[in-house]
Amino acid sequence: MATTTTEQLGGYGQSVKRKEDPRFLRGKGTYIDDIKLPGMLYMDIVRSPFAHAKITNITTQPALDIPGVLAVITGKDLDAAGLAWMPTLMSDRQMVLPVDTVMYQMQEVAAVIADSRYAAADGAAAVEVDYEPLEVVVDPFKALQDDAPILRPDREIKSNRIFHWEAGDSAATDKAFAEADVVVEQDMYIPRIHVASIETCGCIAQVDEVSGKLTVWMTTQAPHAIRTVFSLVSGIPETKIRVISPDIGGGFGGKVPVYPGYVIAVVAALTTGKPVKWIEDRSENLQADSFARDYHMKARLAATQDGTIKALDVVTIADHGAFDAAANPSKFPAGLFSIATGSYDLETAHVEVDGVYTNKPPGGVAYRCSFRVTEAVHMIERMVDILADEIGADAAELRFKNFIQPDQFPYKSPTGWEYDSGNYPAALQKALDQIGYQDLLREQQEKRERGELMGIGISTFTEIVGAGPSNTFDILGIKMFDSAEIRIHPTGSAIVRIGVQTQGQGHETTFAQIVADELGLPVDNIIVEHGDTDTAPYGLGTYASRSTPTAGAATAMAARKIRAKAKELAAHLLEVSADDLEWVDHKFQVKGSPGSSKSMAEIAFAAYTNHPQGMEAGLEAVSYYDPPNLTFPFGAYICVVDIDRGTGMVKIRRFLAIDDCGTVINPMIVEGQIHGGLAMGMAPALLEEISYDEHGNIRGGTFMDYLLPTAMETPAWETGRTVTPSPHHPFGAKGVGESATVGAPPAIVNAVVDALSHLGVRHIDIPITPWKVYKILEEHGAAE
Amino acid sequence: MQTLPVTVTVNGDEHTAEVEPRLLLVHFIRENLGLTGTHIGCDTTSCGACAILYDGKPIKSCTMFAVQANGHDLQTVEGLANGPTLHPIQDGFFQEHGLQCGFCTPGMMMVASALLEQNPAPTDLEIREAISGNLCRCTGYVNIVRSIQHAASAMRAEESVAAD
Ligand code: FES
Ligand code: FES
Repeated sequence: MATTTTEQLGGYGQSVKRKEDPRFLRGKGTYIDDIKLPGMLYMDIVRSPFAHAKITNITTQPALDIPGVLAVITGKDLDAAGLAWMPTLMSDRQMVLPVDTVMYQMQEVAAVIADSRYAAADGAAAVEVDYEPLEVVVDPFKALQDDAPILRPDREIKSNRIFHWEAGDSAATDKAFAEADVVVEQDMYIPRIHVASIETCGCIAQVDEVSGKLTVWMTTQAPHAIRTVFSLVSGIPETKIRVISPDIGGGFGGKVPVYPGYVIAVVAALTTGKPVKWIEDRSENLQADSFARDYHMKARLAATQDGTIKALDVVTIADHGAFDAAANPSKFPAGLFSIATGSYDLETAHVEVDGVYTNKPPGGVAYRCSFRVTEAVHMIERMVDILADEIGADAAELRFKNFIQPDQFPYKSPTGWEYDSGNYPAALQKALDQIGYQDLLREQQEKRERGELMGIGISTFTEIVGAGPSNTFDILGIKMFDSAEIRIHPTGSAIVRIGVQTQGQGHETTFAQIVADELGLPVDNIIVEHGDTDTAPYGLGTYASRSTPTAGAATAMAARKIRAKAKELAAHLLEVSADDLEWVDHKFQVKGSPGSSKSMAEIAFAAYTNHPQGMEAGLEAVSYYDPPNLTFPFGAYICVVDIDRGTGMVKIRRFLAIDDCGTVINPMIVEGQIHGGLAMGMAPALLEEISYDEHGNIRGGTFMDYLLPTAMETPAWETGRTVTPSPHHPFGAKGVGESATVGAPPAIVNAVVDALSHLGVRHIDIPITPWKVYKILEEHGAAE
Repeated sequence: MQTLPVTVTVNGDEHTAEVEPRLLLVHFIRENLGLTGTHIGCDTTSCGACAILYDGKPIKSCTMFAVQANGHDLQTVEGLANGPTLHPIQDGFFQEHGLQCGFCTPGMMMVASALLEQNPAPTDLEIREAISGNLCRCTGYVNIVRSIQHAASAMRAEESVAAD
């Protein structure tokens, strides 16, 4: 008998080793820069040293004089073809190359095409550009003042305010604050950061000489959406555009947007008739694309004296840089920031966000969460601790008191979300028990008496992922469903093609596991393809932890369609009515007669060799899944820090993450996602920040001073799990990629603030660098 | 354009080429030799995606000119496996989920293999120190440390079998 247990098949809940690993382990992956086409040309980009300036002249001849340089493309060239601007995902527009004004430092100014990488770089250095500096606005608050220069005169509305957005009930919130016993208030800044996937961005554009078909290999997380946008902008039909997303060296949201370099490379390929490759340097990557956060929040909580939280109010200024090129669903200019009430049962809330233009590169993109959930969670988890400090409550107790209780699900939040499922007290209790909270409190007390600084920080976050129901969620009008296509071959192996795209999450393994379990085929017999618009079904791509909630669901639904047909085939083979069959142990068997059964492999063979008269041959299905709701993963994190009074250095001694992402497909991969997410939560909490001086010069634009965590700073993460399946997802999964990045920063900040709370410290903005801590210690006479 | 001759042994094979003196070793390996397993992740010698072994010692191949490697012995990720058999370090990364996007992985494995040559029984901290010049954005490092420990014990077991 063929294998039938979930374990043997490699189905749900199994730590199946990754199918994608063998090629990577042997150095045989195919990342963008590994692809080399015959006759390929190279592109390099000339960038602006000024944050805001008029371009008075561009002299290209010195570049063209360099051997190997073939062409220089400027904004004027693109303008002649109507391509100097491109639409952004947020209904704004963005310069591909400027015709006369640069808006931020490192903005693309011209592109050099040459027959080698080195000649292209020589050419870029030789292009002469004359600038006339203009007034620079880096502070979004100044940008909103009446006397600020209008940064985007091309827009109809002559204001630096991009949008004003609000959610919740302002009148009820005002009333709750007026009547509250206790009100706490805090300003918080979540600085600009950069995803810095270890592979930078790049592409190769090629136009077929005969058919005119454009193929673009690019580092994109959303190949289909890119194809549609290219088609809409250029007028080329989608049949003549193929976007291929090869192996991607990390995405984290930074590979969702269309950067000018991609578009210029396409133009260069069209004009030269040769394939053109563009690969960013790290410094270009860090200084010009995919910036996240940059949120200035003023938050208030209203509560009773005994600590029942009544209301939340948040006013936010969001610095979006020079173009609103964020990657949010179209109707959500501030993403899903209205998840701000978090895991707590508040009576009412009101949140508002104003997006603002400044002379910085486009912001609001992503950092393993682009939908502003991280900012919201940071704020609410900090505010709960601040309230605890105000009323002298224990941070854990205060959370238990205010949690949405398990019997309140599905829970309607004051800002309009319907949380699908959760059990917050269970997760927090598990975390407290596992880390030994009471012992830690005692240890802290003893240390304090000895003058040592130790802190314990808690974060009990709720995520909101899986966009999304297509009645509310779309990107440029394209509904945010996702898709899968499964084809079973006669001998019982299968190919699965999905509309989402992996950048390291392991889709080639986990999506095969879904099919394995749903259809009773061994995981080794299933291959998963993705990332090629010519073969994969249409999908919106991988970001915002949406792959499993959407395309994962589509994969299960497509498998179930196949199973329905397989049942008819099995009935035919067993000469019984389909109603007499049941799906048991991954095969169809006659009810009450376990000896009479057909495995999927037998059924698949019959689908091609012995199907009943009147039934179509073959065994395949496609599903486009439109989720009925978002999913709401959650977790309880506890961080323990020690602070060196001599240096201000914060050391994370322990970090425990209890996560609940519903049903788990592959525990090994989920644990890996959480580890990685935790490191990307620790990074902005302690290390990373992109800042600008008053002239708009970037500070920290290379890996020398934009500090990614190394193995030395990163602690040995501890993880654990509770499982509360999503009631509306076909197999109960919720998505996990971003949970840890969202949940970790406030746990770390809460721990640091806790270590210093007896000195009167109530809040510290991230990143909490040793210098910041040392200054605080010095101010309070606690430095050594 | 002036060129200079360079002869290197890479994964046991000798290669000779005429190259521009400014050609970076990593570009020589990737572009001239077509060994694209060695990656490039930065322009400031910070990430280690380009790490290879140079006469058995780990170096960042983005920070050396190809001509400087003239006459030297290089090893890249493509030279780790013995035909179809993975090197224990590769198997360790496979077993312990030490990679996600895989971009940092070749550099990590080259540095780790050099460490284990020198120190067959490293502590976790020694492993963390050894890979502190290699950035990984995906894994949070814990599974990389486990992978290297996995390889270390496999290699020790192999050694003791060989010694018996
Ligand atoms: S590419 Fe060599 S250290 Fe980053
Ligand atoms: S696995 Fe992606 S950078 Fe390490």
